[in-house]
Amino acid sequence: MVSALTRLFGIHNLALAEDVVQEAFLKACQEWRLNPIPPNPSAWLLVTARNRAIDAIRRNRHQVAFSEDITHLLNSEYTTAGTVDEMFLDEEIADSQLRMIFTCCHPDLTPEMRIPLTLRTLSGFGIQEIAAALLTNKETITKRLYRARQSIRERGIRFEIPVGDDLAPRLDTVYTVLYLLFNEGYNSGRVDELIRKDLCAEAMRLCLLLSQHRIGDRPSTYALLSLMCFHASRFDSRMTSDNEIVLLQDQDRSAWDRDLIRRGEYYINRAAEGEDVSEYHLEAAISAQYALAPSFLETDWILIAGLYDALLALKSNPLVKLNRAVVLGRIHGPRAAIEEIRRIDGLDRLASRHYLYNAVLGQLYIEADDHEHARECITRAGALTTSDAERRLLSRKLESLRPPN
Amino acid sequence: MKEFLLLFRGGNDMSAMRESPENYQQHLVKWKAWMEALGKQGKFIGGQPLSGEGTVISGSEKVVTDGPYVEGKEIVGGYLLVRAHDLKEAVQLSSGCPIFDADGAVEVREVQQLQA
Repeated sequence: MVSALTRLFGIHNLALAEDVVQEAFLKACQEWRLNPIPPNPSAWLLVTARNRAIDAIRRNRHQVAFSEDITHLLNSEYTTAGTVDEMFLDEEIADSQLRMIFTCCHPDLTPEMRIPLTLRTLSGFGIQEIAAALLTNKETITKRLYRARQSIRERGIRFEIPVGDDLAPRLDTVYTVLYLLFNEGYNSGRVDELIRKDLCAEAMRLCLLLSQHRIGDRPSTYALLSLMCFHASRFDSRMTSDNEIVLLQDQDRSAWDRDLIRRGEYYINRAAEGEDVSEYHLEAAISAQYALAPSFLETDWILIAGLYDALLALKSNPLVKLNRAVVLGRIHGPRAAIEEIRRIDGLDRLASRHYLYNAVLGQLYIEADDHEHARECITRAGALTTSDAERRLLSRKLESLRPPN
Repeated sequence: MKEFLLLFRGGNDMSAMRESPENYQQHLVKWKAWMEALGKQGKFIGGQPLSGEGTVISGSEKVVTDGPYVEGKEIVGGYLLVRAHDLKEAVQLSSGCPIFDADGAVEVREVQQLQA
């Protein structure tokens, strides 16, 4: 709804669009408390927002300019209602949402502004919810949103769908933001489970929206969507009901969401329709192997290692190297994996900051029966992690070690 | 570029037309198409439809008379301000006005630039 209203008012009036949506929701709350909820609440809300939008246009038309291409139509009563109604048609709403996606994921906005802005304007999250999701406080989020709106104004970011040569790089930024949004939900250890699910669901919804528009209907979009589906299929199996982490090898495969796996397969096939192979293609292919293997032991490690090699060629970062090393360990044994990890550039620096490198090394040392090094790594991992569940998993591992001599 | 006022006289009363929502809707769509086209050419400045109700205040005594004060066909039902090079172009711009479908008339008047 904010997107449709922004299409009318212009991106410079984003705050006005948000106010109108809030007014509509407020009206709904008042109305529905006193009267029975209408049979189609979302249609009711849309009509209310439409009427509020017309009020706002009448109130503001002599002080502010609306969207450049339609401001003259909104300024005249001959055309106000007709123009508003047109922007509330399904097709136009989808178009406006896509404009909003490209605006929130604009390369001129800093990465730290993009996710809060996306969650605020496209997902309708409250400031408090965004702060909780991103592990920060309300003030920080308010500041980032304020700066984002300021940047949009100052840099003259336009509320439009890029065309021609601009499109491909702009789509890349959108993919990155959606990928990060999903990961924020999937991997963040400290955040409440429900919020994390919301984040993943929002990333998937926006990616689906992108795929349904002719602009986003392309293999990389489907690859990203497929990747999200495969990961999400394991969402509930990764934790016990007491919030304890369950490792991939111990997960109950029958509890994986079959429907999401099927969708992952469908989208990966759509992704294969083109020539290009993006990093999302490779990551989707890797997660497909995990999701489709009948058991952990029957996973095709050699194929996965090959995919990691290809991924490394596209995106050479330490995290990819770490994951690849673990896979190589499944083929050549834990010692080979440890060797591989030791070769990562700047490992000491990384290991002094991030728990993951230590946790992975610790597990590999356990498998290599080197309990002394395992203890060292797991202890360091425990000191670095911010997740309680992760910390409990690590201390369970520590307890299982032979006591030091 | 000069400015011209298009005064719409007569034509079916917009509010009366609402009794047939379909016709009314269609009529509004035509207005929108016409004004959208004027906007695209950079000719559109502004304009509003006017309600049929009104009041006239006249004379130094400021006598107030309630409308309707003229015959239906003469009532001003709305106005538009447009840009055009000359009267000929303004007339040509007016020719697309949907009011002609509703039995109305357009009066085209150039905005006079007063000399100081």
